[in-house]
Amino acid sequence: MTSRQIFSVSDLNRCIKQVLEQDDRLQDIWVRGEISNFVHHTSGHMYFTLKDSQSRVKVVMFAGYNRFLRFLPKDGTKVIVRGSISAYERDGAYQFYAREMQPDGIGSLYLAFEQLKAKLAGEGLFAAERKRPLPAFPRRVGVVTSPTGAAIRDICTTIRRRYPQAEIVLSPAIVQGTEAPASIVAAIRIMNSQPDIDVLIVGRGGGSIEELWAFNEEQVARAIAASQIPVISAVGHETDVTIADFVADVRAATPTAAAELAVPHYLEWLERVRQLDTRMSRALSSRLAAERKRLEVLAQSYAMRRPQRRVEEAQQRLDELSLRLGQAVKQLMKGRKDQYQHLSDRIKRYRLTDVVDRQKKAVGLSRARIDELMRQRLDKSRMSFASSLAQLDALSPLKVMKRGFSLVYASGQLVKSVEQFAPGEELMLRLKDGSATARVEQIYREEKRDGTEEDGPRG
Amino acid sequence: MARKKTDQEADIQFEEAMKRLEEVVHRLEEGEIPLEEAIQLYQEGVTLSRICGQKLDAIEAKITQLIEEDGQLKQKPFRVEGDI
Repeated sequence: MTSRQIFSVSDLNRCIKQVLEQDDRLQDIWVRGEISNFVHHTSGHMYFTLKDSQSRVKVVMFAGYNRFLRFLPKDGTKVIVRGSISAYERDGAYQFYAREMQPDGIGSLYLAFEQLKAKLAGEGLFAAERKRPLPAFPRRVGVVTSPTGAAIRDICTTIRRRYPQAEIVLSPAIVQGTEAPASIVAAIRIMNSQPDIDVLIVGRGGGSIEELWAFNEEQVARAIAASQIPVISAVGHETDVTIADFVADVRAATPTAAAELAVPHYLEWLERVRQLDTRMSRALSSRLAAERKRLEVLAQSYAMRRPQRRVEEAQQRLDELSLRLGQAVKQLMKGRKDQYQHLSDRIKRYRLTDVVDRQKKAVGLSRARIDELMRQRLDKSRMSFASSLAQLDALSPLKVMKRGFSLVYASGQLVKSVEQFAPGEELMLRLKDGSATARVEQIYREEKRDGTEEDGPRG
Repeated sequence: MARKKTDQEADIQFEEAMKRLEEVVHRLEEGEIPLEEAIQLYQEGVTLSRICGQKLDAIEAKITQLIEEDGQLKQKPFRVEGDI
């Protein structure tokens, strides 16, 4: 109580601003009202007042947001604005900070659209994993649309052109106006009660956003989501996007596009079948040709053409070898024979008698030589003997005695010295023609030994 | 027998037949299979391609509409606007 907190004005305004900004309810709100005091500042920001019959609120839309506006706001325009509440501290005024703005009317539809979209997205109805694949070759194509509109005509024409094999089953529906949502839902239900509907086109031709609005209705979106049959949405033109498009399995820009997505082009497939057929035939015929070729090669092969040939060849080789063997043996034999012949000839040429003769001759020669040598030797010996004999004869005492010499013996011994006898001894003299006895009278000894000097005293 | 076969042929879905035909062609083109099998495959392929071709033969598109009358759902032929 004593120390009551006293705010400055700035603090107060800041505090209020914080309070406002902390309230989540005020951070994303939609407000409907009429524009007044509209100012598009040169900075790009927009300032205006939004009012209804009783109240007004200041609004600022910054350039960063207002550049996405698809209309030009002006005083008197009824709009729906999305944004948040905060305070402008300087002026102590709260104001609305706009992020999005739509003209009212269309704007309210837009709001509903956004809200439903957010709701269904939150439920996961747009999830990619919910999307079912379309059958490639549907036999029955269901169509939920007006029986009188351009859509059914476009769809039928397209399907007939592309894939006349498909049956088109139309479940007529009112596609605009208040009855439209229920009618579309009923038609989808009827389709789902039918057997063999392979794919379902739900849509209508182009129109204003109000005309297309049935496809933004929650019950239609839920009916599409609940459909057992895969759904192609086809609402309006390229630029029109509806809740039905989000919830459908496939979104087609137009009914014609939906028909194209629903069915294949049979000519393309026919062509594909033809191509497969051709490829198959080509594959088999080339295979057959290859096998035939293989067979031919085998049939033409050496072994297959002349099975006997191998045996014959072996036979031939055997013959060759045996021939060569024979020749070799023959050759060998001939060689041996020649050798034998040669030796034999040599033996024949070799005359033993000749050898004997030659040896005999040699013996003869040797003998003759020996004889000759012996004779020579004999002659020589004989001559030597004769010479010796002559010499001997010459030297014979008898010869000497002939010449007057005599031999003196004492006691039978030839006396050569006076020493051998003594006076009175009888000596025997031998002469040339006989012998005589003599008595030694006297002995004269001589100094000389030489006989030649002794002839004097002897006597 | 032949009649039954035709029924069976008719029973096969186009998609299934196409898939099988593609498989047959692929296997034939690979050329790694015994000749007898190849011929058998070829025969199967010819049958399949005939079925596929027949299924693709242009037939006038049938358009029907489902009309609820007196609580009964009825099928009626539908004529597109502008068609004679």
